[in-house]
Amino acid sequence: MAIKLSEIVKQKELLAGGHRMCAGCGAPIAVRQVLHAAPQDAQIVVSGATGCLAVSTAIYPYSAWQTSFIHSAFENASATISGIEAAYIALKKQGKIGKDFRFVVFGGDGGTYDIGFQALSGMLERGHRVLYVCYNNEAYMNTGTQRSGATPMGTWTTTSPYGKGSSGKTQNRKDLTAIAAAHNIPYVAQAAVHHWRDTVAKAQKAFAVDGPAFLNILAPCHRGWRYPMEKTIELSKMATEACIWPLYEVENGEWRLTGKVQNKQELRGYLKVQGRFSHLFKPENEGVIEQMQEFVDQQWEALLVRCGEK
Amino acid sequence: MSKSWDVSEISKWGWSKHPVGAVIPEPATTNRYVTGGWRSLRPILDLEKCVHCFICFIFCPDSSILVENEKMDGFKLEHCKGCGICAQVCPKNAIHMMNEAEALGLEQCLLPDDDKKDKKEDKSA
Repeated sequence: MAIKLSEIVKQKELLAGGHRMCAGCGAPIAVRQVLHAAPQDAQIVVSGATGCLAVSTAIYPYSAWQTSFIHSAFENASATISGIEAAYIALKKQGKIGKDFRFVVFGGDGGTYDIGFQALSGMLERGHRVLYVCYNNEAYMNTGTQRSGATPMGTWTTTSPYGKGSSGKTQNRKDLTAIAAAHNIPYVAQAAVHHWRDTVAKAQKAFAVDGPAFLNILAPCHRGWRYPMEKTIELSKMATEACIWPLYEVENGEWRLTGKVQNKQELRGYLKVQGRFSHLFKPENEGVIEQMQEFVDQQWEALLVRCGEK
Repeated sequence: MSKSWDVSEISKWGWSKHPVGAVIPEPATTNRYVTGGWRSLRPILDLEKCVHCFICFIFCPDSSILVENEKMDGFKLEHCKGCGICAQVCPKNAIHMMNEAEALGLEQCLLPDDDKKDKKEDKSA
């Protein structure tokens, strides 16, 4: 079914305005795109892991959610929603609940890659029918930019500063989408906010499967990445074109590339526009960009092979 | 629970007036919270250029694109934070950003914008 914006605008808005995310933040864009893909006749229950999104959309006595929302701690959003889903199934069996409910978790990359990973892995393994969405801004932005497992190499953060003897984060990030796929769950995908049609299509598929689904959506953060706030969509696009954030999905174990890259851009151009990488352009750090490019190329080639493109 | 939970005097409430567990009894109460004051730039729509493609709608972080009868109908200014994403993504350049002070008719509050821009350019060069 074709996805049309003229149809989407008729739907109910499930994330209201007036929340206190920064102007130009990528996370609420990701949330809106996912929620516009939710089945219209179902009730949505959202669990939020601690992070920018949870703390700024649900500040007592205000909630931006048109859905049910339960605030969880960093590590247990998946465990919370697992319990809710299990209770729903039990109540449905007893005939105490008639409506169709769907369950979604929104966690940042800190709450997903690092702190909430154990609960997430457990939830995926137990097979709860939950959609887990990681809005990935590549660091702990809520507390002022600390490195996370999702931060790329070479990035400046407050806990991987640059200076004498340091050129930003020294480790490569882990590939959490592939790790989620290794749980052999029905649907795993990687998306980015600029490609709304792709993100909505992936979220629709994720809502349709009878089992756990995992979406990893790149949501640029202008405060932590250091770029002008109106460029959020452009940055997301550049990341995809530089193949540092490829778009793909894994449906029942089958890997498929969804964003065809016509013209693979050099990483340098993507790094140049962001303040968090500005130190890499000093002569003493030249080698780091090459190392990063090498890692990106290697990951991209491996992905092409996995997706049967090569 | 009543459909409109009145929180206007919440700072004066005693403990017993708050719902148990700080439950918010009504969805989307931020609809009543104004974030428009954060804005320093205001989006202005040129309806003649607009083709109602709704690209701005899907990229607005603040759910602030108004749609009326399947047509783009301007911006919800009480929530728009003026990030300028809509102006950036518009394929027809139908949206431009205007200084908020100017939009409010407070020209006397304007910063010497042109000077500032020149300085920025010097820095980057």
